[in-house]
Amino acid sequence: MVKSVLNALNIYWQARKPLAWAQLTHRKARLLAAMLGVAFANILIFTQLGLRAMLFEGVTLVPDHLRGDLFLVSAYAPNIDLGSFPRTFLYQADAVEGVASASPLYIGFADWVNPLDLNRPSPSADSPQSSFELFPTSVKVLAFNPTQPVLNIPAVNQQIDRLTAPGAVLYDRLGQEKLGPIPSLFRQQGGVSTLMNNRRVYVVGLFSLGSTLFDNGHVAMGDWTYAQWYGANFLEQVTVGCLTLEPGVDLEAARSRLQATLSPGVRVLTQVELAAAEQAFRASLPNGKVLNFGALMGFIVGLVIVYQVLYTDVSDHLPEYATLKAMGYSDSVLLRVILQEALILAVLGFIPGYCASYGVYYLLANITRIPLTMKTTVALQVFILTLVMCGISGAIAVHKLRSADPADVF
Amino acid sequence: MSPLVSIRQLTHTFGRGNLRRPVLTDICLDLAAGEIVILEGPSGSGKTTLLTLIGALRSVQTGSLQVFGQELRGARKTRLIKTRQQVGFIFQQHNLLSCLTAWENVSASLRLHSRIPKRAYRDRAVAMLNAVGLGEKVDAYPEKLSGGQKQRVAIARALVSSPRLVLADEPTSSLDRQSGREVVDIMQRLAREEGCTVLLVTHDNRILDIADRILSMEDGALDSNRYNMI
Ligand SMILES: Nc1ncnc2c1ncn2[C@@H]1O[C@H](COP(=O)(O)OP(=O)(O)O)[C@@H](O)[C@H]1O
Ligand SMILES: [Mg+2]
Repeated sequence: MVKSVLNALNIYWQARKPLAWAQLTHRKARLLAAMLGVAFANILIFTQLGLRAMLFEGVTLVPDHLRGDLFLVSAYAPNIDLGSFPRTFLYQADAVEGVASASPLYIGFADWVNPLDLNRPSPSADSPQSSFELFPTSVKVLAFNPTQPVLNIPAVNQQIDRLTAPGAVLYDRLGQEKLGPIPSLFRQQGGVSTLMNNRRVYVVGLFSLGSTLFDNGHVAMGDWTYAQWYGANFLEQVTVGCLTLEPGVDLEAARSRLQATLSPGVRVLTQVELAAAEQAFRASLPNGKVLNFGALMGFIVGLVIVYQVLYTDVSDHLPEYATLKAMGYSDSVLLRVILQEALILAVLGFIPGYCASYGVYYLLANITRIPLTMKTTVALQVFILTLVMCGISGAIAVHKLRSADPADVF
Repeated sequence: MSPLVSIRQLTHTFGRGNLRRPVLTDICLDLAAGEIVILEGPSGSGKTTLLTLIGALRSVQTGSLQVFGQELRGARKTRLIKTRQQVGFIFQQHNLLSCLTAWENVSASLRLHSRIPKRAYRDRAVAMLNAVGLGEKVDAYPEKLSGGQKQRVAIARALVSSPRLVLADEPTSSLDRQSGREVVDIMQRLAREEGCTVLLVTHDNRILDIADRILSMEDGALDSNRYNMI
């Protein structure tokens, strides 16, 4: 009974089996080699694109969480972290018609000590200091006047009064683990104390922002605490000026008034532009370009392998294709056979390539200690690239079909 | 009854300039429905060229060539492809697809005819393979078959869609004496049963007895043109 059903199914399939499938699966070893080739190309592309996504991951976290309509940044700053402008410009901006408020955000970096390392008895007298220097764990400091909140993070704004205490900071619970188990310590003890740039800080609350390849974590503090850390004159150098406009004021008009009033050393950007500038900066870094190049190499390797496989297939079977033409198969049907072979190879190779890339991601995440996750968008990107790759190879290999002349079969 | 194939003043030339050389000169020939015609002649005399022209595998240069009542001279590519689908070809080499089993190879020519339902493929292919004595080898791949068996699969493939015209070019030349004889006997029997016209090119004078008519070609010309037309 089962056997006859299977038999019927087999006959059903055989009558409909695409020639491309038969052609590809007939030589198992060659099919395996082709699949491995495509999979290898996939792993290359996946790794590069994954690293690239990691590079860009979260770079717009801060711009995305600012409160304001327009933002002032130094025209000479390559990105949001690395530049500042005199605070007087902020006062000038505040005086411009249509601007309701102008509040400063200060961004800095500080070495953060894992509180567990702090409490642990040092194994030898000289080691603790040097080990901190060997593995600096820096955090990004976001400082602002607690009476002029500039962050659009509810948890920060709810706990903003706590920031007035000396040495008080709010800690980003999404910071990397190497900074210490701050969230659980905080829950156990109701407060955590550690060293930041060799000064005592007290974690008085938690919020959620996220870490990136460049920033291990974030810390929010009041401008007064910031001045204690870096010196009072650091308050004179604003990193980002967050402007809110009065209701009903036209954004573009306000922007041109601001740009006309302020020194050309200051740029006026919308939130979207601020985020875009951040991404453009990361893309311009050599590592971003290197990874693009790596992905391209993977693409080309796959292209060559698939082309090689299809070309050999057509060349080896030239008399057979010529026979099919003589029997009355049209060129377009045979062309479709080759393209189908290319697409089947793309799908068959993508599956192991995808699985292996999972392993590679896991390995990389273990080595770099940065969570590298398989994103659907990247997977989709790579799959489409694979289809394009195989499609191009197929389209080139199809030319070989022309040399199959049906008049030559006799 | 009008002839199945009608050729008038057909001339074909290969090469250009100094290399230009006529291969067929002034051919006139009719093939009637249901007759088996053998075409013999020395190697290089133009037999294969004539066959490829009749089978719409080459474009006609000068003269007139009508197959199934359709003029092929100046015909469009789609017309040529349509004509090929209605002709059964048997080649010197079997030219089976190595990735398909015997019956799948046979059904490759059924796939060209949309009027034949897919569920009938296997039955028709198996019946045809039985007719050529290969009922045991239905699911075998070509690499598992002997030369004579492969050629018989090729015959099954050429005949399974009941073409009105079969063109065979030295189908026995790669076979030993006995399997060559078997192959032509099968062709003769099936041609009679199906009532199709066969034009068979051969050097092999042991098989001339199956023919209704024997033509011989020399230097691109049929020797006695006036007997070629019905
Ligand atoms: N594609 C071609 N180009 C040029 N010359 C050809 C071509 N095909 C065949 N010929 C020449 O045409 C002549 C007739 O060939 P052919 O029809 O194959 O003869 P036969 O089948 O009788 O042996 C031969 O001299 C051969 O060299
Ligand atoms: Mg020949």
